[in-house]
Amino acid sequence: MTATPRGSTQWRGIAKVDDDEANERIERRFVGGSGALLRELLQPYKWAIWTLVAIVLVENAARLSIPYLVKEGIDNGIPPIRADNNLEPLLVIVGIVLGATITQAIARNLFLVRSGKVGQDVLFEVRRRVFRHFQALSPAFHDEYTSGRVISRQTSDVDAIYEMLETGFDGLVTAALTLVGTAGLLLFLDVKLGLVALCCGPFLWWITNWFRKSSAKSYRVTREKVALVIVHFVESMGGIRAVQAFRREPRNQAIFDDVNDQYRGANLVAFRLVAWFMPGIRLIGNVTIAVVLLYGGYLAFHGEVTVGVLAAFLLYLRQFFEPMMEISQFYNTFQSASAALDKLAGVLREQPSVPEPTEPASLAAARGEVHFSDVDFAYVEDRLVLRDLDLRVPAGQTLAVVGTTGAGKTTVAKLATRFYDPTEGEVRLDGIDLRDLTSEALRRAVVMVTQENYLFSGSIADNIRFGRPDATMADVESATRALGAHDFITALPDGYDTQVANQGGRLSAGQRQLVAFARAFLADPAVLILDEATSSLDVPSERLVQQALRTVLAGRTAVIIAHRLSTVQIADRVIVMEHGRIVEDGAPQELIAGGQGRFSDLHQAWVDSLA
Amino acid sequence: MWRLRSYLRPHRGALAVMLGTALAGIVVAIAIPLVIKALIDGPITDGEIDPVLPLGLAVLALGVLEAFLTWWRRWVQSNAVLNVETVMRGDLYAHLQALPMSFHSRWQSGQLLSRATTDLSSIRRFFGFGMLFLLINILQVTAVTGVLLTMYWPLGLVVAFTAAPIVWLSMRFEKEYVLVSRKVQDEQGDLATRAEEAAVAIRVIKSFGRSGYISEQYETAARQLHATSMEKVRLSARFWTFLEVIPNCAVVVVLLFGAIGVGRGALTPGELVAFITLMLSLVWPVSSLGVILAMAQEAMTSAARILEIFDTESEIVSGSRVITEPRGHLRFEHVDFAFPDAPDEPVLRDLSLDIRPGETVAVVGATGSGKTALTALVPRLYDVTGGSVTIDGVDLRDLELVHLRQLVATAFEDPTLFSMSARENLTLGRADATDAEIEEALDVAQAGFARDLPWGLDTRIGEQGMALSGGQRQRLALARAVLARPAVLVLDDTLSALDVHTEALVEEALRRVLADTTGLIVAHRASTVLLADRVALLQGGTITHVGTHRELLVTVPAYRELLAADPSLEEALS
Repeated sequence: MTATPRGSTQWRGIAKVDDDEANERIERRFVGGSGALLRELLQPYKWAIWTLVAIVLVENAARLSIPYLVKEGIDNGIPPIRADNNLEPLLVIVGIVLGATITQAIARNLFLVRSGKVGQDVLFEVRRRVFRHFQALSPAFHDEYTSGRVISRQTSDVDAIYEMLETGFDGLVTAALTLVGTAGLLLFLDVKLGLVALCCGPFLWWITNWFRKSSAKSYRVTREKVALVIVHFVESMGGIRAVQAFRREPRNQAIFDDVNDQYRGANLVAFRLVAWFMPGIRLIGNVTIAVVLLYGGYLAFHGEVTVGVLAAFLLYLRQFFEPMMEISQFYNTFQSASAALDKLAGVLREQPSVPEPTEPASLAAARGEVHFSDVDFAYVEDRLVLRDLDLRVPAGQTLAVVGTTGAGKTTVAKLATRFYDPTEGEVRLDGIDLRDLTSEALRRAVVMVTQENYLFSGSIADNIRFGRPDATMADVESATRALGAHDFITALPDGYDTQVANQGGRLSAGQRQLVAFARAFLADPAVLILDEATSSLDVPSERLVQQALRTVLAGRTAVIIAHRLSTVQIADRVIVMEHGRIVEDGAPQELIAGGQGRFSDLHQAWVDSLA
Repeated sequence: MWRLRSYLRPHRGALAVMLGTALAGIVVAIAIPLVIKALIDGPITDGEIDPVLPLGLAVLALGVLEAFLTWWRRWVQSNAVLNVETVMRGDLYAHLQALPMSFHSRWQSGQLLSRATTDLSSIRRFFGFGMLFLLINILQVTAVTGVLLTMYWPLGLVVAFTAAPIVWLSMRFEKEYVLVSRKVQDEQGDLATRAEEAAVAIRVIKSFGRSGYISEQYETAARQLHATSMEKVRLSARFWTFLEVIPNCAVVVVLLFGAIGVGRGALTPGELVAFITLMLSLVWPVSSLGVILAMAQEAMTSAARILEIFDTESEIVSGSRVITEPRGHLRFEHVDFAFPDAPDEPVLRDLSLDIRPGETVAVVGATGSGKTALTALVPRLYDVTGGSVTIDGVDLRDLELVHLRQLVATAFEDPTLFSMSARENLTLGRADATDAEIEEALDVAQAGFARDLPWGLDTRIGEQGMALSGGQRQRLALARAVLARPAVLVLDDTLSALDVHTEALVEEALRRVLADTTGLIVAHRASTVLLADRVALLQGGTITHVGTHRELLVTVPAYRELLAADPSLEEALS
């Protein structure tokens, strides 16, 4: 249950977040295994990683040596100058410092570039694998998992890994080595003074830990709040026509002001955490320096430490406090990256529910006979959608499937295209079980056009060529001419090169459908499945599609799933389905002539609606 | 950018505190090494123990003071800066809501969003951080260099001369970095689009067996991103290496000349330590100066992008007249219309149509004939470019905008539902509707399903709520328009997603509503046309024929072409 932001009107029910929680069951199945995945991904880079370790050790040694060399310079370089103006010891030391600086610079650059390379390679591999795997998984998986999740696996999850590789990796390694190295050197320079300096450790640990925990929480809240702002913003701008037509501006403004303010509040918490943390670190650092000076001054007075040691201490302490911020942030990036890896590993473990055959049958040129042999099918166990379906569609026949919503029409289409495998029985093409065909052979023979005639971004020609990318422009044009789509395409500003804007927004529904048919026509399959492909078209478009269909269907097997009967006019045969069974079967004229069957009733209702 | 400074005005006090604490911070930061110097030169060189305690305690006090100043500044700054950002975002949203459709059809919501988020953040960063530190860093560099010069001038000169190239270099790096980061972002966006497309279109891809092809395309893009990311890695590797090398080089120089100075008595050991500390304290201000300058430029660009929106004025200005007793007489008089982004392509020309009070007229026309543009003129989502539209004889442009939109209610073909309760979605046009009226509207639109939602009418729907089918959304949008009890009801092909049976029921109920309401209906199907008293045929941007459905069916071939699905019916009628 979600409460409203403000105002008198309340709502209840699903918000996207709740929705995710409700579907946690699905997510949970896909969780775990990040470690194994990471190891597998890094396996090819074993040597590169060892090299990186060597480089980073050299770099840190060089960097940490500098304050020590400064001490050497002060303690051992100055006295000879004082004594007899002998510059040599000093020059030697300065030379070494210069060498250390150059070594550090080279090593640092090498490390950053090489570790970046490994990270980017791994990222590329993750992207490649995940994308291919999603492509390989069956539509059944996609139906359950939903496109939203598929997208966020490939965007926000991959980004989380990217984030860790980009910032976290380098930061953590350098910071950890700096901390350990500095502590060691302080003790080495002077045990007593070193121990006093390291007293700041517990305080540092405490404040960093506190910040890490609080900022993780506050970061999450901030993400949630900014998402609210974005969703509301996009919704109002996307629906601005309705907003203005119904004078919703004031109410919208109230909601926006509220989410905007919530976002401000969340940000304020985050900013104030930093406002405590940074000065806190500074305070600990400054106090440590003061204590080191007090105690160091006392020790120096007694001749136990030199000025050089004090100077080196000051320089080391400065380095000591710098990496705290990075350490505290690394934990957050690491956590979200490992959660992301978990989810990706889960997805990669998932097996396609319609696997490729181990010993594929050969199908040279399909004739197009489709046979459902005693097929049972259930999406959810024990709830049969199709029972004992036996249906033979001879090659070249146009079959129309009609029936009420939920009768199982679409399921027939999904089985014929092997989006799902039957629970019992078999679906055969030219006598071969679909499970024995490679997906390549199957897709060459059977193509489905649905109501969601998705057009890809790119040109119209590209979209038509989608099923056969090697088709020439002449092929494309002859396809569109046959369908009567050539004229409207050439009338567009850029003709066949017209870019289909986001989901074909510039084309009308009918035009989009014609492009989708041209795509199927050019792919030239032996069997064509049309799933409610002509619904939601206006009359002239539908008539256009109707005429096109006669051309498209000539010489191939067709299964047309329809609830608008106009499509049925071109069928050789009609089956009427109810509750997963065929209840009527025959030529359309015969069924209408009977005058009292279900199809006859449907037909009468349709004719009346045309009045 | 300075035009946005008015947003800072309410926070003048906070700005003063931020500046004050930051300046005090500089003083303290310079004072600490000087005290350290005294400490080293005192007890250690002169062998006195007495000054150790007071000087050490002074370092302690200054250290605590510095931390406190930092805290105070950040504390005040968080509040002020976030308030500025929030107020700006609210104003931007308000302005955008007021801008007309002609603006919104040119801008994608994604572009607007990036202004409301990314650009505002970059301005916030500049106001809160960049602007302050630009000043502070310059002051700090000047002051510290001054101190260094007085302490030991040869070294001070070295510092003074190296600062400028470092600022310049880091500024260049930052600019290049911003460029390459943008490129990476764009390519990531492109990749995300491909992933999205592949996810949404998975069934099409599968049914054509084109997974391999799509995967290859994706990989090509991913490889490109890999290359660009490596470019970014190399650049930032150079940048970070550079930033880390500077302090070390400074140490080399100071150690060399400083030690010689100490050896020759020109400098005390304490001064050398103070010198190194002070010099290192300069590294950040100097190198970040470049970053801040680049940040300032980015903020300028962002400000320009935001001002571009603030400077756009709505061309649809409210009139002042109110019709006290509306009858609903809607007239189009010689209307010309072209979309503002294509003024040379008239959509409607010399269109005249008179819809008498209570009458319903259906507009029929081919796709792209301008039907939807015609409906958008009535609630003044767009203004006519020639002629006029009047209600009860009053030009729409003379009417108070809010009043006009009360008189007119529209149900669009593509219904927009907002992420709120079904009830609030329904009562958008009339917040004071009673439950009985809501029930009635639901009945008219056959939207009874809304009562059976998990929480009834309180169920949240829309983008963030329960998903409804296209037909359900259309019925709710229809109920919303009916519930508004408008003087003029505009239905833009509102029934297209309904099945035949539901459509028949909706039509029957609508007929009652339309009996005493002026109606303008865009229709694709004969059944919808039958709701209207008269039909107007829209061809080539103007109305060519007006008459009853039967008359037009018999006399106008173009009309038959549009509405008669079945050639046999067509023949029977002619």
